[in-house]
Parts: sequence; structure tokens; C-alpha cells
Amino acid sequence: MANVYKCEITENTQLTGEVYSLVFSCEEIAASSYAGQFVHIKCGKERLLRRPISICSVFADCVRVVYEVKGEGTKWLSEQAAGQKLDILGPLGNGFSLPEGKIIIVGGGIGTPPMLYAAKTAHGSVTAILGFRDKSKIILQEEFEKTCDEVIITTDDGSAGIHGFVTQPLEDLLSKGGDNAVLSCGPQIMQDGIIKLCKKYNVPVQVSLEERMACGVGACLVCACEAFDMKRVCVDGPVFEVEMKLP
Amino acid sequence: MDLSVNFTNIKFKNPIVTASGTFGFGREYAEYYDISKLGGICVKGLTAAPRLGNKPPRVAETPMGMLNSVGLQNPGVDAFIRDELPYLRKYDTVLIANISGNTIEEYAEMTQKLSDAGIDIIEVNVSCPNVKAGGMAFGTSPDSVAAVTGAVKQVAAVPIMIKLSPNVTDIAQIAKAAENAGADAISLINTLLGMKIDITTRKPVLNNNVGGLSGPAIFPVAVRMVWQAAAAVKIPVLAMGGVTTGNDAAEMMLAGADLIGVGTACFDDPYAPVKIIEQLAQYMRQNKIERACDITGKVEIN
Ligand SMILES: Cc1cc2nc3c(=O)[nH]c(=O)nc-3n(C[C@H](O)[C@H](O)[C@H](O)COP(=O)(O)OP(=O)(O)OC[C@H]3O[C@@H](n4cnc5c(N)ncnc54)[C@H](O)[C@@H]3O)c2cc1C
Ligand SMILES: Cc1cc2nc3c(=O)[nH]c(=O)nc-3n(C[C@H](O)[C@H](O)[C@H](O)COP(=O)(O)O)c2cc1C
Ligand code: FES
Repeated sequence: MANVYKCEITENTQLTGEVYSLVFSCEEIAASSYAGQFVHIKCGKERLLRRPISICSVFADCVRVVYEVKGEGTKWLSEQAAGQKLDILGPLGNGFSLPEGKIIIVGGGIGTPPMLYAAKTAHGSVTAILGFRDKSKIILQEEFEKTCDEVIITTDDGSAGIHGFVTQPLEDLLSKGGDNAVLSCGPQIMQDGIIKLCKKYNVPVQVSLEERMACGVGACLVCACEAFDMKRVCVDGPVFEVEMKLP
Repeated sequence: MDLSVNFTNIKFKNPIVTASGTFGFGREYAEYYDISKLGGICVKGLTAAPRLGNKPPRVAETPMGMLNSVGLQNPGVDAFIRDELPYLRKYDTVLIANISGNTIEEYAEMTQKLSDAGIDIIEVNVSCPNVKAGGMAFGTSPDSVAAVTGAVKQVAAVPIMIKLSPNVTDIAQIAKAAENAGADAISLINTLLGMKIDITTRKPVLNNNVGGLSGPAIFPVAVRMVWQAAAAVKIPVLAMGGVTTGNDAAEMMLAGADLIGVGTACFDDPYAPVKIIEQLAQYMRQNKIERACDITGKVEIN
């Protein structure tokens, strides 16, 4: 059950430039979370609001998150060492529902970490399409390769994988047919493109959204999102299913 | 030791009440603890018709505080009475409805409906900084506060509490206007109008440009205004604004509060209201205070 836990950090290491991988021990969150959910992390006494970070994976009684240093809060987080304790509220939110059969998982930039959890817990065959700005920004590639049937990398500048955006290989796959769902997390502009394609090929799509939060539990309404009728990203989302026309 | 407080002839088991807009309709925090432990619950601000609120982003963090520009998103008073009130009634705690109108007629209409539905107290919000019509516009002049108060009192079958705006020059004058027009209680403070600008993009963080400041940052302002307002009226006072600990609650009571509202503190710690009740009890024990109400207004002014 979601609750406030004092969790010991077991690992907090740099993956690439500004991106860190943090593991903390918490039996309860490890046992009760599922892909697409997030944890709300207190980042120092000086900051009033917790920071929402998606769960990247769980193993034994440990939870892993992968985050990018953006501002003061995530900077503070990157300075915490193994052995220190974090004040964590979670697991929170409505995550992915993983259908049977073939699925496509799409991650863009710092939106890729939650998709690893989805890939690891998927029931059928998984193709992952991961998009990054350039080669130096690629994260978690090996781990996706270990869990997925196929991994396609794209970079905006062509320094690795396919030169271009994730929508290009996605359309190639969708046009062949046979996919039961697309699950995605990433920048809004990427997800808008994905939704458009899924509508074109009439494949159900679930997107994970971001909005600034306060309570994280559904009580304050600051996280309402325009794309889904001002529903709350913290409890009605962060994962929303896009309505499709009936076949 | 007695934590209970008599407020407008209604008994609160302790002085801690949740602040409107920070506790939804109670369901969310009920998953964390028994909300019957609370002295009272004040629900999200209600309007005559459903509202979707302002565009996001609606929150910005500030030093020890936050700005919000939710803009009264709510399902409307009828849906509240139908879908939420029966649920809340299952809990043994005082229920306070918070209302905002575009017109004086809307305030009266909602008061009538909520009185009939059996709410315990109505908090009349004349201080929302996030809506264009109504809200704060009613709360910044003594005449319009008196007009709204008079209109809702005419139709009210339950105690009426007027929620005052801190965005005024003379809070005592506004508090008196509410009392003279028949208010049974006052509550303060609502949020202070604020702004945050992203220096990289040069744009305000809030889509609404401005929003209401809450949290520890506003606590000293709230204490001062509660002291000024409480000294000016005889009716009881529900005080809020940045209360985070039992000591903060005691300080507010010394300034003149009968009840204490807890809002933003919940976002940091869902258990904040129940912890504050325990901490207040501890303060009373340590200072040999028999009844919570014994410290109300007992600040010794220099
Ligand atoms: C459901 C959800 C899951 C997320 N998962 C991840 C993840 O797995 N990895 C990751 O690196 N980031 C993730 N984010 C984004 C992350 O929350 C922000 O980057 C982080 O809050 C920035 O905090 P800061 O103090 O470093 O930045 P500052 O800019 O100093 O933060 C100021 C305020 O704005 C808020 N804020 C700023 N950017 C965002 C944003 N993009 N989304 C929400 N709030 C923001 C902060 O929480 C804080 O309240 C997620 C966001 C959401 C809503
Ligand atoms: C997100 C948010 C929403 C709020 N919504 C309302 C509301 O609907 N009606 C109202 O009277 N006050 C509303 N308030 C004001 C609070 O009830 C309270 O007066 C204020 O936040 C100060 O208390 P605090 O610092 O403990 O939060 C809201 C405050 C916040 C932070
Ligand atoms: S963050 Fe409070 S309702 Fe979503």
C-alpha cells in the first residue's frame, strides 16, 4: 500500500552526464508497485514539495529509479550517498495495464526508465523503440536488450541507431500489423506523434504524462492535465489510455 | 486534559481542521488514516456549477511555500451533495462546506442547498485569488463582505463562517464588517497573491501568471492577521496559513484562534494533521494547560 517510508539508499550512481540511477530498499514499495507508477521523493528539508520520479524496476526488496538532474531538488538527490535515508511516499498513480500478446514500448529520453519496468513485466513479446538526442544520452540500452525481443534505437542527430525520431520505426512496425498495444513515455511532442500514428492504425495506446505536482495523492488538484479532461495526473494518471474508435 | 473546542455551538473533538482545497473530499487521505481523528474536515471549494479550473501549470514551488492557481476545479454543489456528502457522513467529524459564488444570489442558493443537505458549517469563501469573477473581489471591501454575509445568513440554517482574504490593508475592518452583518465565525487566511518567473524562459511558471501563496512562508503573516482580526471581533476564529507543527498551532491559538486549519503541510506529509493534534496535546501537557481553549487569545502583547 502507498505510504510514507524512510528508505535507505543502496546505490546512487551516474549513468551519463546528468542522469543518475538510484536504488533504495523498501520491501513494501517493491512488493506492491507495478509498471508506470511513481514515487514522491522528499529532496531535502529546504524544499516544500516532493519530486515525482517513475519507478524503473524492482528486484528483491529494492526499488530503482533513474532521474536526470534538472533543478535544485534532483541536484540534491544526486548528492545523497549510499547508506543515507530518503523520505519516500509511494507507490503512487495509475500505471500501465499490460495486455496479452505483442506490444510495442516507446521511450523518449528521460521517459525511458519507466518503460523498462513495463518491458520486464510484460506478458508477451516486446519491441522497444528508444529515442535519444544523441549517442551520449543513451541510457539503459543493455537492460532493454536483455528483456525485449527487439530494441530499436533512434537519435535526433544520427550519432547512433536510426537517424530521426521514434515515430519513423513505429510507423514501420504498425503498418505491418499484429500489435496489441503501444505503451509510451517521453516528451509531449513525441507522444502527440505516437497518438496520431496509433489512431491511424487503430492500435490502443497508453501514454504516461508529466505535470507539476504537490500532494501526489489526488487531494489538491494542481496536477490536472488538459489532454484528459483536467483529470489528475497523480491518481487518474500518470498513465492514460487514449480512446480509439471501434474497429 | 481536554482538546475539544466549542465553536459556534458545535463541538469539535480537537482544534485541528483540514483547510479547504488541500484535502479533496476526504477520500484520498482516508486511505492513510482514520479521518474521524480530525476535529473537522473542510472540503474543496464548491461552486454553483461544475468548474474545470485554470490551465496548467497550476503550481510553483517557492522558498518554504508554494503558489497555486487551481481556480476552484470542482464538480459543483449538487454533485457534492449527491456523491460526496453521504461518504463523508460516515466519519465522526465536523463537516464544513466551502463555497464561492459569481454573484450574491449564487452564494445564497448554495447556502440553502447545503443547509438542507445537513452540512454542519458553511465557510463562505470571499477570498479566492484564482478566479476572475467573485472570489476575492467580494472579500476586499467591507461593504461587499457585509452584503454576501447578510444574504447567506438570511437563508442559512447552519452557522456561517466568512473566509477572509489577506490581500487587504485593514483586516480588522473586514472582520468587523462580517461580524456586524451576522457572521457566526470568521476564518483566515486564504492564500496571498504571488508570482514566480522563470528567468530562463522569462515566462511566469503558472499559466495563470499569478497564484495564491501558502505554506510555512506565510505563517508569520497569518499569525499577525489572526491576532488583528481576533482582537477586533467577538465571534470565534478558524486560523490557517502555514501551520506545520503543534507548536505552530499553539502560536496561532495564542494569537486568537479557536480552531486551526492545516493545508499545505499535508502535501509534505499526509499524516500532518494527526501529528499536529498529537504535538499540540504534548505542548498542553508540558505547559500544564487543562483545556485547549484556555490559550486562545492569551498572547501577552508588549
Ligand atoms: C509522474 C512523473 C514521473 C516522473 N518520472 C521521472 C523519472 O523517472 N526521471 C526523471 O528524471 N524525471 C521524472 N519526472 C520529472 C521530475 O519530476 C522533474 O524533473 C523534477 O521534479 C524536477 O525537480 P527539480 O527540483 O530538479 O527541478 P526544479 O525545476 O527546481 O523544480 C521546481 C518544481 O517544479 C517541479 N517540476 C519541474 N519539472 C518538472 C517536470 N518535468 N515534471 C513534474 N514536475 C516538475 C518540481 O517537482 C518542483 O516542484 C517525472 C515527473 C512526473 C510527473
Ligand atoms: C492547492 C490549494 C487549493 C486551495 N483551494 C481553496 C479553496 O477551494 N477554497 C478556499 O477557501 N481556500 C482554498 N485554499 C486555501 C487554503 O484553504 C488555506 O487558506 C491556505 O492554503 C493557507 O493555509 P496553508 O498554508 O496551511 O495551506 C487552497 C490552497 C491550496 C494550497
Ligand atoms: S498532485 Fe495533488 S491532486 Fe495531483
